[in-house]
Amino acid sequence: MTSDSPDITIIGGGNAALCAAITAAEAGARVLILETAPKPYRGGNSRHTRNFRCMHHGPLGPLVDSYTEEEYLADLMKVTGGKTDEGLARLAIRSSEECLPWMQEHGVRFQPSLSGTLSLARTNAFFLGGGKSLVNAYYRTADRLGVQVEYEAAVTHLDLDDDRVTRIDYTQDGKRHSIAPKSVVVASGGFQADTDWLARAWGPAAKNFLIRGTPYNRGVVLADLLDQGIEQVGDPTQCHAVAIDGRAPKFDGGIVTRLDCVPFSIVVNKDAQRFYDEGEDVWPKRYAIWGRLVAAQPDQVGYVIIDAKSLELFMPSVFPPIKADTLEELADKMGLPADALVQTVAEFNNSCGDTSQFHPTELDGVSTTGLNPPKTNWARPITEPPFYGYSLRTGVTFTYLGLKVDDRAQCAIGNRPVTNLWAAGETMAGSILGQGYLAGFGMTIGTVFGRIAGKEAAAHANAT
Amino acid sequence: MQMQPDLLQEARRQAEICNACRYCEGYCSVFPALHAERAFADGDLTQLANLCHNCRGCYYACQYTAPHEFDLNLPQALANVRQDSWEELAFPRAAGKAFQKNGALIALVTVLGFSLLFWAARALASVGGEGFYAVLSHNAMVAIFLPAFLFPLVSIGVSLRRYWRHVGAGPLRPGQVLAALRSAAQMKNLKGGHGDGCNFEDEDRFTHARRAVHQAVMYGFLLCFAATSVATVMHYVFGMPAPYGLFSVPKLLGIAGGLLLTAGCVEMIRLKLRADRQLGAVRAFGGELAFIGLLGFVAFSGLALYALGQTPAMPVLLVLHLGAVLAFFLLTPFTKMAHGFYRLAALTLDAQRKG
Ligand SMILES: Cc1cc2nc3c(=O)[nH]c(=O)nc-3n(C[C@H](O)[C@H](O)[C@H](O)COP(=O)(O)OP(=O)(O)OC[C@H]3O[C@@H](n4cnc5c(N)ncnc54)[C@H](O)[C@@H]3O)c2cc1C
Ligand code: SF4
Ligand code: SF4
Repeated sequence: MTSDSPDITIIGGGNAALCAAITAAEAGARVLILETAPKPYRGGNSRHTRNFRCMHHGPLGPLVDSYTEEEYLADLMKVTGGKTDEGLARLAIRSSEECLPWMQEHGVRFQPSLSGTLSLARTNAFFLGGGKSLVNAYYRTADRLGVQVEYEAAVTHLDLDDDRVTRIDYTQDGKRHSIAPKSVVVASGGFQADTDWLARAWGPAAKNFLIRGTPYNRGVVLADLLDQGIEQVGDPTQCHAVAIDGRAPKFDGGIVTRLDCVPFSIVVNKDAQRFYDEGEDVWPKRYAIWGRLVAAQPDQVGYVIIDAKSLELFMPSVFPPIKADTLEELADKMGLPADALVQTVAEFNNSCGDTSQFHPTELDGVSTTGLNPPKTNWARPITEPPFYGYSLRTGVTFTYLGLKVDDRAQCAIGNRPVTNLWAAGETMAGSILGQGYLAGFGMTIGTVFGRIAGKEAAAHANAT
Repeated sequence: MQMQPDLLQEARRQAEICNACRYCEGYCSVFPALHAERAFADGDLTQLANLCHNCRGCYYACQYTAPHEFDLNLPQALANVRQDSWEELAFPRAAGKAFQKNGALIALVTVLGFSLLFWAARALASVGGEGFYAVLSHNAMVAIFLPAFLFPLVSIGVSLRRYWRHVGAGPLRPGQVLAALRSAAQMKNLKGGHGDGCNFEDEDRFTHARRAVHQAVMYGFLLCFAATSVATVMHYVFGMPAPYGLFSVPKLLGIAGGLLLTAGCVEMIRLKLRADRQLGAVRAFGGELAFIGLLGFVAFSGLALYALGQTPAMPVLLVLHLGAVLAFFLLTPFTKMAHGFYRLAALTLDAQRKG
């Protein structure tokens, strides 16, 4: 316990942490950020993001038209199947509108919707340079406001005395430190980078999952708090997972590892058998389902097969596809049984019908007949060499288990609030989202609740 | 032409990652051009490289820079290809190879320029000329500087033709050139897409320092050039030889330009010394600094000559100034100076492709 303990300590160094830090510092508090990552990797999953979803009445910044609270909420309800805390969701949605100018004032710059994402031009504001530039801008702003940042500072334990956090333990440079701030904000993300934990929750298959974002979100603080009886929320066995390029790195592959070719392909497992309708819906509505489908296949891997006529129908991939002049050769290169692959493709081709209505960007109804499972859209025979293949793996975005907070972002123990503990961002997102995910909502939650947590934490610190 | 395959391959590898990412689309004209392709031929990469202003916005914004295994450093990859293209496209090629990366050689040529002028001043000392022409006769100056002026024009002309072929451009239209000139005149791309400037001297902080300094150098140079041109016209067309009074057009243009150019070069060198060298063409750093030094010296010695033209220091200053000007002209196609021409060509092609 040192006398120079700051008023407020923020655990984490991503979007939610920075929004809280800036808000608290502007309210006059002395703020310390403890970020476990080294400086080049600061910013957690936030460094991988590209946009946030924002309600608006009329054109706002880069956003066109308008996007109302009701429409936003309806979109959210649809993806979560109603498993949404409506009160907190409305709070996040309503506050998102004032976030955009606030972000600009604090250094964030926006750009028009990226090429290939025009469908989001009305709902999602894109960060110029992506999430890392947002994080950089916030660190600059925080620095100007006198916020102290410690990198490679891994928080290991929060000591609770009844309904109060009395001490934070962290390690840095192999040394243990303890501090006793007046207020604490937890913004240290989910636990998806701890694959042992994932495997305990999901089953051993999770060991083969790839983690799309930071390796530093290992849920250390989350586990520590839940163990001490802090209220939890969200399904502990669930994670948000999508199908990504199987050659992606284990961690931090980020956005570039996505593959948009499934609707124009057939997807087989390692026995060269199809297992699901590749053309069920447009890809943005299916990539999360495919994360689970691939996870259920042997070795948690899938193989996408397309032919020359489909190669340019989707966004370029980060790794070039595997290419071969015959299906046998492709099977060989991809480690698939050649005979089985040839047979699967032949069966698929034989059940394709009239393809004259083929339309790559709409549900075209060009489907197979008599095939199980069917392909209900974009079903064109795979005949034109060269043939191309990609492997698919399950890529985890985040976990749902989190800290339960109220509309002031405050944590609870039993049924009482913890007087000096707030949470923001991924680590409390389960309070709003029970399942599913809406593109751009993660950054909205982090910004809205980061600012609320910062304000509340500062008010508490300034009053004591 | 044979550009270095390893440099091209590295730029291609990175361009493919960017093409799957697209987060930097709004920073500059490189990204929209990049995203319009699926595969990158050598000419495509050369064009992208010459569109890049090395503002570094995309480096500091990139989530894949080292220590990440993707090891993105697009500003450096493009700078290397750009540098290599200037060497390979130079006419004669050997001169491009010799000077672009070699500050010492640039300095050597400058000293040779001084020597030549000293020799000329002695051997061809004029009888009865006035002012500067008492040091070196007007005819001797013309004999030395006319070829020195025409040679770089021809050389750059050849290089630009080579460039145009290499990148696979179509027939040129005046509107495209105009669009390129407009963009260059404002240094639009150095504003960083959001108008906050670029990242250069202080990591990820956006400032207008580099843009301002570059504008000073460019407009300073153009003013000096205009001063010389006006003086030439006055001499030949109106029969009004130098020296000119303080309030004459050539002097006003020249002094303003000289001050801008001198200050711009000093400041540019300071910025470059503060910036991270790993984000540019590392091996060309010495050559770049030497070139800026030479340009600054041309401006500064010109100003000194204005100031001390009536003193006994004049003959020495004149010889130093003219020697530096000579070296500058001769080296224009083979030093950083060439970038302005390639940049204009790249912007022109960009306007053409945007149609
Ligand atoms: C590839 C990818 C793309 C995405 N794209 C988008 C998008 O475009 N829009 C969107 O809204 N959402 C997107 N998301 C989701 C989004 O990243 C998250 O919702 C958001 O970043 C969460 O912010 P946060 O601040 O809560 O967590 P993070 O940004 O992950 O920050 C957590 C921080 O806590 C630190 N930390 C962890 N443990 C400790 C500890 N023990 N001690 C100290 N510090 C610790 C970490 O180092 C990190 O800095 C994407 C996610 C991924 C993986
Ligand atoms: S430089 Fe990095 S962030 Fe920018 S487009 Fe390329 S890969 Fe994406
Ligand atoms: S360094 Fe600047 S000009 Fe060059 S590609 Fe990156 S953002 Fe564009």
